[in-house]
Amino acid sequence: MTATSWAWLVLLLPLLGSIFIGLGFRVLPAKVAGVIGTAAIGLAFLCGIGALLCLLGEDAEARHHASSLWDYASVAGLNIKLGIYVDPLSVFMVLVVTGVSTLIHLYSYGYMQSDQGYHRFFSYLNFFVFSMLLLVLAGNFVLLIVGWAFVGFASYALVSFWYRRTTATRAGMKAFVINVVGDIGLTLAAFLIFRELGTFDYGEVFAKAPQVFHTNQWSATAICLLLLVGAFAKSAQLPFHTWLPDAMEGPTPVSSLIHAATMVTAGVYLIARTHTLFVLAPTAADIAAFVGLATLLVAGTIALVMTDLKRAIAYSTMSQIGYMIMGVSIGAYSAGMFHLMTHAFFKALLFMGAGSFISAMANKQNIDEMSGFGKAMRFTSITFICGGLALAAFPGTSGFFSKDEILAYAHARGGMYDIFQILGYFGALLTAVYTFRLIFRVLPGRPCKEAQELIDTGHLAHETPRNPATGEEEDTEVGFPGAEHHIAEQSPPMKIAMGVLAFLALFAGLIQVPGVDSVVTSFLEPVFADSPLAAIEPSVGAAWVGLGIGAAISLAGIGIAYWLYVLRPETPAALIRRLGPLHTFLANKWYFDELIDILIVRPALAIGRFANRVFERFVVDGLVTGTAETVRGSGGVVRAVQNGFVRSYALLLIAGFAGLALYFLLSSS
Amino acid sequence: MNVEWYIVLSALLFTTGAVGILVRRSPMVILLCLELMLNAGNLALVAFSRMVGNQQGQVFAIVVMVIAACEVVVGLGLIVALFRRKLPLNVDDLRELRG
Repeated sequence: MTATSWAWLVLLLPLLGSIFIGLGFRVLPAKVAGVIGTAAIGLAFLCGIGALLCLLGEDAEARHHASSLWDYASVAGLNIKLGIYVDPLSVFMVLVVTGVSTLIHLYSYGYMQSDQGYHRFFSYLNFFVFSMLLLVLAGNFVLLIVGWAFVGFASYALVSFWYRRTTATRAGMKAFVINVVGDIGLTLAAFLIFRELGTFDYGEVFAKAPQVFHTNQWSATAICLLLLVGAFAKSAQLPFHTWLPDAMEGPTPVSSLIHAATMVTAGVYLIARTHTLFVLAPTAADIAAFVGLATLLVAGTIALVMTDLKRAIAYSTMSQIGYMIMGVSIGAYSAGMFHLMTHAFFKALLFMGAGSFISAMANKQNIDEMSGFGKAMRFTSITFICGGLALAAFPGTSGFFSKDEILAYAHARGGMYDIFQILGYFGALLTAVYTFRLIFRVLPGRPCKEAQELIDTGHLAHETPRNPATGEEEDTEVGFPGAEHHIAEQSPPMKIAMGVLAFLALFAGLIQVPGVDSVVTSFLEPVFADSPLAAIEPSVGAAWVGLGIGAAISLAGIGIAYWLYVLRPETPAALIRRLGPLHTFLANKWYFDELIDILIVRPALAIGRFANRVFERFVVDGLVTGTAETVRGSGGVVRAVQNGFVRSYALLLIAGFAGLALYFLLSSS
Repeated sequence: MNVEWYIVLSALLFTTGAVGILVRRSPMVILLCLELMLNAGNLALVAFSRMVGNQQGQVFAIVVMVIAACEVVVGLGLIVALFRRKLPLNVDDLRELRG
């Protein structure tokens, strides 16, 4: 079988799974639905490996294939094929997406067990994986937009999965609306690409672009900036990031899969995929890099003060995606993709751990109420620490190698790009502090009520189900979380998923150690060979110096967190008192929601109100009723003739006839 | 024989019929007046046919007679129906189809 046939199978399996579970929800027992959903993704992962082996069997230069099933649209000089593009980059993404998705499906199999919407959940989840695979495998910009919009919908459906929670449906809408802004950017970019290059096909676009555009030509820059709007909205970068923390209203596996491991990294993939265009528009690439940098710092500072466990991790996700965006924008393509992969592992793991803790807390998410889970939930705690170590870039873990590779590249590129390294290290310090703040708040200490109950009786705490955001009471029927909670210690599927991810989070970095091996870089090398930036490479010595600095910073961050939250637990409160305004500023997330509200939402509402009161009332209504009145008036005139007197009709007839006769008589003489 | 006399007679008959339709209200009389107008037309057709010297005009006259017969059937049928339903036999009162 060829690589493309495997890739088509990769696409087909999740789609079939989604349809099958979606249609069979009345017939299939819940467990069967879960097994089918998980198996579909697992098989897709195996097919992805098939495609990988096919590619590895070929020469490095020949590792790209296009294949199409039929013409998607063919009109007036426009020929769009339903085609996929298989090259190391798309196969890399396929493997990350299906691999992590398989584990998260496995986790969901246990975690969602008591939820009344179990079938719906797996159907949506499979649909999401299908959409994400369509996005990464698409062979032209049109199909990319289709996949792009599909994942937006899947995200909406899954954020609002508990649809009877008002907060969840609102969060879903917010996510969808902001994502649509991105879709518009992407669509406009595709329009511009077609206008300038006359094609949507990846191969042709990237072949033609260097001949058509000269460096920093305005149209190339415009295309890249519009692509960035799409990428930023999907990847939750400033100023389109506000939907991501709210998206934590969805079930935890969704946060883990969509809002940490896969969908939000689509922007990184997009920039890497269109790197040919970004090389031609260095200004746009620099803007992207600075936005990534700004996001990683802003999100890092917010994560320091968040008290909601899931939201804190969500801000950490934004921050880490900032690193990736920065990486692929400055030219550290394979480093960015490598960080994407390791981040998928450890962030999915952290969310799974958070889900387990939240279950033990009977769905409460506030870390102020949690403590002492280290004793109560040993397995979850250990895996959570593994994820935390990788996120904090503890020496030797996966995040350590991937993050520092981006920063070392920034230094190797030199000049202005040193800023990215310096501030990137500062971001790494923040990362280490906020990660271990979570760990030190949740794991050690005197067990809280729920943890104590778990230790004493082995049972989970049960309370009246409440909305964690508002404290509203709710029931456990469909549209709300189920009655039973599940933690990793008592659910083997969850345990397996978390165990595998913990292993990967710790050791996946070893495939790419400077000077030792470079699996990811050499695999992705043919994709990025056309970029002059890919040739820049930090020397092994510089890379190890960078790693050394990274290790020191990581340990320092962990040390600060240990000092603040374990040795002197009273200092954080004192700090909050001392730096009151700063804390309020951070706790309100830099007031981004309010800023967007004032700058965009309110003006839009005002325009809408104006349009309703003035334009609609006078112009539109005037046109419509005016037409109606004119017709009615002229009808009234004609109506008088139709009076019902037969003899007046006869008179009109005869008079008309006589008039005609007279006219012809006179004009003929 | 001059064709003008026929035409004058035809015009007189036509006018009589037209005036009759305009001034009388009984449907019966209106029907009669219609017949008068049709026959005025027939007279003109036959006269012109004689003048020109072929039979086409006469053929038309026969067609008109057939149509006149049909029209009378419909018209009288309507009048009988009006009578049966005890409606006034006065066209000015029958004006339900006004706009």
